[in-house]
Amino acid sequence: MTETAAPKRDKPWLIRTYSGHSSAAASNALYRSNLAKGQTGLSVAFDLPTQTGYDADHPLAKGEVGKVGVPVCSIADMETLFADIPLDKMNTSMTINATAPWLLALYVAVAQKQGVDVSKLQGTVQNDIVKEYLSRGTYIFPPSPSLRLTNDLIAYTLTEIPKWNPTNICSYHLQEAGATPVQEIAFALSTAIAVLDSATEGGPVPKSALPLMVGRLSFFVNAGIRFIEECCKMRAFGEMWTRICRDRYGVTDEKLTRFRYGVQVNSLGLTESQAENNVQRIVLEMLGVALSKNARARAIQLPAWNEALGLPRPWDQQWSLRIQQVMALETDLLEYGDIFDGSHVIQAKVDALIAGAEAEMARIADHGGIVRAVENGYVKRALVKSHAERMAAIERGDIKIVGVNCFTETAPSPLTQGVDGGFMKVDPKAETEQIARLNAFRQTRDDAAVAEAREKLRAAAAEGGSIMEASLTCAHAGVTTGEWAETLRAVFGEYRAPTGVDQILASPTSDLLVRLREQIRSTGDALGRPLRVLIGKPGLDGHSNGAEQIAVRARDVGYEVIYEGIRLTPRAIAQTALEEGVHLIGLSVLSGSHLELVAQVRQELAALGIDNVPIVVGGIIPDDDAALIQSQGIAAVYTPKDADLNRIMAGMLDVVRTANGLEPYAVAA
Amino acid sequence: MTVLAKSKALDAALPYAGHTTGGRAAVAAALNLLDDRRPRARTEARALLDALAAEVPADKGHVVGVTGPPGVGKSTLTGAIIRHWRSEGRSVGILAVDPSSPIGGGALLGDRLRMLAAAEDDGVFIRSLADRRAVGGLSDEVWPMCQVLIAAFDVVIVETVGVGQRDVDVTHLADTTCLVAQPFAGDMVQFLKAGILEVPQVIAVNKTDLGQDWEGTVAEISAVSATDHGGWTTKVVPTSARNGIGIGGLAAALDAHHTWLSSDGRLAARRRDASADWVLRMLAAEFGRYGISTLGGEAALRARLADSPGSALAQIEALTIQLTGTQT
Repeated sequence: MTETAAPKRDKPWLIRTYSGHSSAAASNALYRSNLAKGQTGLSVAFDLPTQTGYDADHPLAKGEVGKVGVPVCSIADMETLFADIPLDKMNTSMTINATAPWLLALYVAVAQKQGVDVSKLQGTVQNDIVKEYLSRGTYIFPPSPSLRLTNDLIAYTLTEIPKWNPTNICSYHLQEAGATPVQEIAFALSTAIAVLDSATEGGPVPKSALPLMVGRLSFFVNAGIRFIEECCKMRAFGEMWTRICRDRYGVTDEKLTRFRYGVQVNSLGLTESQAENNVQRIVLEMLGVALSKNARARAIQLPAWNEALGLPRPWDQQWSLRIQQVMALETDLLEYGDIFDGSHVIQAKVDALIAGAEAEMARIADHGGIVRAVENGYVKRALVKSHAERMAAIERGDIKIVGVNCFTETAPSPLTQGVDGGFMKVDPKAETEQIARLNAFRQTRDDAAVAEAREKLRAAAAEGGSIMEASLTCAHAGVTTGEWAETLRAVFGEYRAPTGVDQILASPTSDLLVRLREQIRSTGDALGRPLRVLIGKPGLDGHSNGAEQIAVRARDVGYEVIYEGIRLTPRAIAQTALEEGVHLIGLSVLSGSHLELVAQVRQELAALGIDNVPIVVGGIIPDDDAALIQSQGIAAVYTPKDADLNRIMAGMLDVVRTANGLEPYAVAA
Repeated sequence: MTVLAKSKALDAALPYAGHTTGGRAAVAAALNLLDDRRPRARTEARALLDALAAEVPADKGHVVGVTGPPGVGKSTLTGAIIRHWRSEGRSVGILAVDPSSPIGGGALLGDRLRMLAAAEDDGVFIRSLADRRAVGGLSDEVWPMCQVLIAAFDVVIVETVGVGQRDVDVTHLADTTCLVAQPFAGDMVQFLKAGILEVPQVIAVNKTDLGQDWEGTVAEISAVSATDHGGWTTKVVPTSARNGIGIGGLAAALDAHHTWLSSDGRLAARRRDASADWVLRMLAAEFGRYGISTLGGEAALRARLADSPGSALAQIEALTIQLTGTQT
């Protein structure tokens, strides 16, 4: 055999890890160590107060500071976050939406202070508000001013930072909310159309810049475990996008109409039971967006195997980074052209997805476009319905999840036997330290300059000026994240999105369901009135899919359910419990702030004299925390391990019975 | 500032639910009591309604019914009116009625979400209710609960899902019925013309921001709905709850009807009718049409109820004794 020359390899995608926690300094250290390990770009996770426009010392921020990401209250935090990371050489993705103009302004201001040519900056802000209303929940303002902010940012980057991706239209969170591949494609492309239309028709982007804007639009998708279908989904996305660019917008330049996308492979599908199996899930999910060269992701970030248990440690993130490096560097993946071109099987699936997505897009157009379809609840209802169908299929066993609804027996896992239980805990001092830094920063500011900058921002918002320019002035003047958002809240108002739970969905019939209905009815008779439950999401966490599925099933088994959506203060939850005369309160918390939020809700209930109403809690709650809050009086804790909704319903019923002096049925045992 | 009216009758209901603080807790406890079907609770509920009837003036407050087909934006509009009245310093109590599931009897009650941006105002109290599959759109508990809210709040709003012409309960219950419609497409005109337009005293043509011809709709509705309610002509008001437009005009129309009712004892008469309606409804549910005709028929019963003292529950008890010869 003769030695052949090394084959030509494609350049790998951008390799990132979505990360950030505790403080700007701690996150900066993590970023620098990740870059040293061969990560080629950064992906910043901000904490919920930063995402929803509150300073660390705001009452709503209590318990949330530094939990799901890094807190950034001002330019000082942003400088710390990127200390010793030259921004002109970095490609930075920021998952930020409602406050995107603000965080980009802070990033640009830091670059200016570093002496970097701003026009050379490269990176992405997510800046996609539509999916926030549908799934992720970190919106602030009503749809129309929100879209204006989106467009304002886009108009700014087109001229000032031409290599920046100013919006990353996301179907990622739609899949987590239950979207089928057809719905993912249709909702995301309808969103892209809404953004393009509103930016160029009466918006800040001149019609002549439309091709340029088309070229800067990028997407962010989810990759699930059905990786063949996911691969076809990406090919369908690309075909449809190119067609839309050509037919709707008259843009034909291939460089501008390419479907450019980044990926985070599915995180909410990762299991808490036998969590080690998540490693192979992550690898397979990555295949879906890596195999087909013509539909390959531009940037990939992988979750860590233990995200259903708690926050990943640096070693867990390193494992995920190494998965990408093995795939990109060791395998022959990057040596071939598109290996699916010419496959009849793949093309048939792609065609079917396109047909379905086109039909769905037509329905959305009939509603008056995606924004109207979000406002009138159509899209959210469709997602809740799909999600309920998926949950039902898992309960029936039609969808198999190894370790969850089949093959549940397991040997003890050495991965979770360590002193830390296999995940990281945020330093409980992170919040007080951040508040101290914020207060110290406020002392150093020129208050007159702050007031002047805020007035400039207010005027821009009220009178149609450039939000980005005013935000830059604010950034340099030392305005805080909370002040920036507060200024805009006063002009734009706030919004609450439809929950989608106001529809009849048939739960899968089972003996337990039938028995439950009877038991709930007779328990209501024994207590004098139908059983009423309040499902509440305290804090800033907007991941409402779990709470919605609980609400829908609770209605189906016969409870009268009060559900008010996301981001409620503990006081509002207590007041609602009083006004509605409920028998049980169910709290859902996925942000890791369960200890603080549960304690606050109990305090508020006591202040109203209704601490006799029992509470159950659901979410990503580590075992130790579950034991702790149960010892403090929480009646039951449900985690992703509890995949059978009817058993949760039965458990809730026994909690109500026990709290009212009736014998529990103990069907859940 | 105390936003709730003081009520000894309500405070008496407090121990029922184990509450220790008054005000809103008393309202909540009273509503729970009226919902409770156990015999001991029924006795207490009667005492509560008797005490309220004795304590609360027959023309106190203003009960506004808000109805209309699904999707016209009733809850969002209601929320806007609530904020308007709150800005004038008036307290508002709300009963929001949603349909129960035909299977299992459960319900998802999500109207609070659409009504309020911030839920921490002590001058607003919302109780969501399932219709519990009642035919006319309101469950049996709504009228008594309404009496509690009248005692505590300046304005009471009863919001129902208007699913058709049979959904008329709220018009019996409310002092002022507000129908919410939207700039129509197609068969909506027929639906409205088929009779429901005779009922409301105020009609809001909402969603004027949709871009459809709302002026035409307002004109058309005004033409067919110019109904004379004994001297009151139906007012048609264009609104956009989404953009906060026309809310002051709608509130003014509702207030104008209240002012009109408040003269010549019309309001007290209206409340007596509502009470009689509920008494007849409860009797019919228990004894059927046979019971009503045995007692002399609906017209005679109404006349009798108008003259007889005591609360509605006392009247029901007296008539039940007359029918069965036994005390229940």
